Amino acid sequence: MDQLANKEHWDIEISAKSSLLDLKLKDTWHYRDLLFLLVRRDFVSFYKQTILGPLWFFIQPIVTILIYNLVFSNLAGIKTPGVPAPLFYLAGTILWNYFSDCLTKTSTVFKDNAAMLGKVYFPRLIMPLSIVLSNLVRFAVQFILFIVLIGIYYAKGIVLIPTTIILLFPLLIILIAALGLGLGMIISAVTTKYRDLAFVVTFAVPLLMYTTTVIYPLSTAITKYPKYSWIIKYNPVTPIIETFRYGFFGKGDFTWGLLGYSSAVTAIILFLGIIIFNKVERTFVDTV
Amino acid sequence: MTKVIKAEGLSKAYQLGDFGTGTISRDLERFWARIRGKEDPFLKIGETNDRTVKSESDIVWSIKDMNFEIEQGDAVGIIGRNGAGKSTLLKVLSRVTSPTTGSVKVKGRIASLLEVGTGFHPELTGRENIFLNGAILGMRKAEIKRKFDEIVAFAGVERYIDTPVKRYSSGMYVRLAFAVAAHLESEILIVDEVLAVGDAEFQKKCLGKMGDISKGEGRTVLFVSHNMGAVNSLCTSGIYLKNGMIEKRGDIVSVIQHYNSVNQTLSAANSSTSSKPQITQVVIDADEIINGNLKCTVFFNSPFVIDSPNVGVVIKTAFGNPVFGTNFKLHALNHTNTPVQCGQATLFVPDLPLHYGTYLLSAFLGNDQTDFDLKIDYLTFDFFPKNKLLHQYNIEDIGAVQVNADWSLLAEPFNHSN
Repeated sequence: MDQLANKEHWDIEISAKSSLLDLKLKDTWHYRDLLFLLVRRDFVSFYKQTILGPLWFFIQPIVTILIYNLVFSNLAGIKTPGVPAPLFYLAGTILWNYFSDCLTKTSTVFKDNAAMLGKVYFPRLIMPLSIVLSNLVRFAVQFILFIVLIGIYYAKGIVLIPTTIILLFPLLIILIAALGLGLGMIISAVTTKYRDLAFVVTFAVPLLMYTTTVIYPLSTAITKYPKYSWIIKYNPVTPIIETFRYGFFGKGDFTWGLLGYSSAVTAIILFLGIIIFNKVERTFVDTV
Repeated sequence: MTKVIKAEGLSKAYQLGDFGTGTISRDLERFWARIRGKEDPFLKIGETNDRTVKSESDIVWSIKDMNFEIEQGDAVGIIGRNGAGKSTLLKVLSRVTSPTTGSVKVKGRIASLLEVGTGFHPELTGRENIFLNGAILGMRKAEIKRKFDEIVAFAGVERYIDTPVKRYSSGMYVRLAFAVAAHLESEILIVDEVLAVGDAEFQKKCLGKMGDISKGEGRTVLFVSHNMGAVNSLCTSGIYLKNGMIEKRGDIVSVIQHYNSVNQTLSAANSSTSSKPQITQVVIDADEIINGNLKCTVFFNSPFVIDSPNVGVVIKTAFGNPVFGTNFKLHALNHTNTPVQCGQATLFVPDLPLHYGTYLLSAFLGNDQTDFDLKIDYLTFDFFPKNKLLHQYNIEDIGAVQVNADWSLLAEPFNHSN
């Protein structure tokens, strides 16, 4: 009897079809060590054989906001009401960078890791998750820079009063990561067979930045281009950046409605992304 | 015995050719068929995978309708020519890709070694890569920590363990990679020809380790290789794949025998006509070479009568080093100097004193004065001596000849205080 029961038990079934929602979360949990080792690998290999080491995490955003300050604030004269321009840009830049890094890296995850994914099995979800976490480490480092800059302005007498919305900060991070991850996974599914979309991503993502409020306040866009400002307003990244600024500076166009809209869009995109990714990961090796 | 792997109707189709603008319309058509719940229209036209035949269809079945069961503790050798579907089968079994139809059921953890050093990062040190590679193969951090010293000792790279692996020699790199994989604790181990790397000493170590895994620890091993000697000594049963289908399944000796009879050039025929005497066909008996004997027949034809014919055979190793030669003059025929025009000469060497290995056979036809026909390295065959244990020695290193040798050791008394 015992043997009969044993005979019917199989641990793994490999078949042509599987449920779309079978995310193998248990399997993924078993491989959590791999997730952290991959994050560590990305972090360590980033600055190996450099003299400045992890300082490079700071240099990039510092140079970026200096240029933005010169071009958009001084040259173009875009006002950042109530907030020093560099701080305003830095808030937008670190969030946008986190989003775009998650998006671009995830969208080529199959192509970039084909050698590894084609030779050994592990839950594929680990790969995009490691991208999100690696970039979170980067974001955290840049966030320290952000806090330091607030401190510098405080010492100079420019006091920015945070609002209680600052408590939404963890949610904002989850939202922006999920949005980048979800979009990236949708694109990754298409690029495994047809690479066209990968080209679009490389030039469209930097351009897309101008449809979010990284370098200008939403209020300016609405007053200047009342007809087209909905593009900016309904870009799901915009409410996240605006909420972030409102939380830390007490300035910005924050509404619960827009944040709710952004959360809903993110949830749908992430859900679609996971389903598509789950479908593609089963056979991408054959087409990538 | 309990079954640990059960495959039912396992098939995998691949699309040949380039993906581009031409394929998208077909993808849409397939997608349309699928959402209506219909059968994929393009899989119907798929053909068996014979890479040598040109065909209209660009869908091929790399493996088609495979049914087999593997029992616990089995060491199964999977053999077949290039493109027979061996690697596809391993990929499906190790869950790298999904089958097109059919299913495989598995009991226990599977670890696959389709390549050594998967996921090694050149910038990381040996130590860091052991952890990363181990985790990729499915080990937990604690498990790797426990085995860390063992892995390093097996690889023999203690001195370099904190150096980035990009500074390693390629041999060291492979040693480290194999060492990690060899210490996996899984019920089923899948290995794809990773032994074709490293020096002879390390290859021997790998084979030894694999033998321990299957024989000593009772784990199930699936092993793909073209090295029949290694397959023969490691595996208990075999699967011979041909054009994506199972051609033969059974105990390893009979499977190798079958493979050899089809895949080595054990016979070659010459159909051209000539005004001088020529060798028309040479055949090696497949049943004899797997049992330690050599039997080979040379067929010849001549436009005129040869008064004192001479037929010869030379055996070389695969690298072209001659091992021995024989002809009518060296090993006289029962009735020499029989005039012939057309006939066959058969050579039989019982208990051929050679080690396991791949050999080349050349045949020669002539008479007292002239050579009429020479067939240099005409046939290729794997020779299996009755003594199976000798696989780990390479005949190119130690020589091909097995001798009946006796060793004795006389121990001189020695002083303990030294």
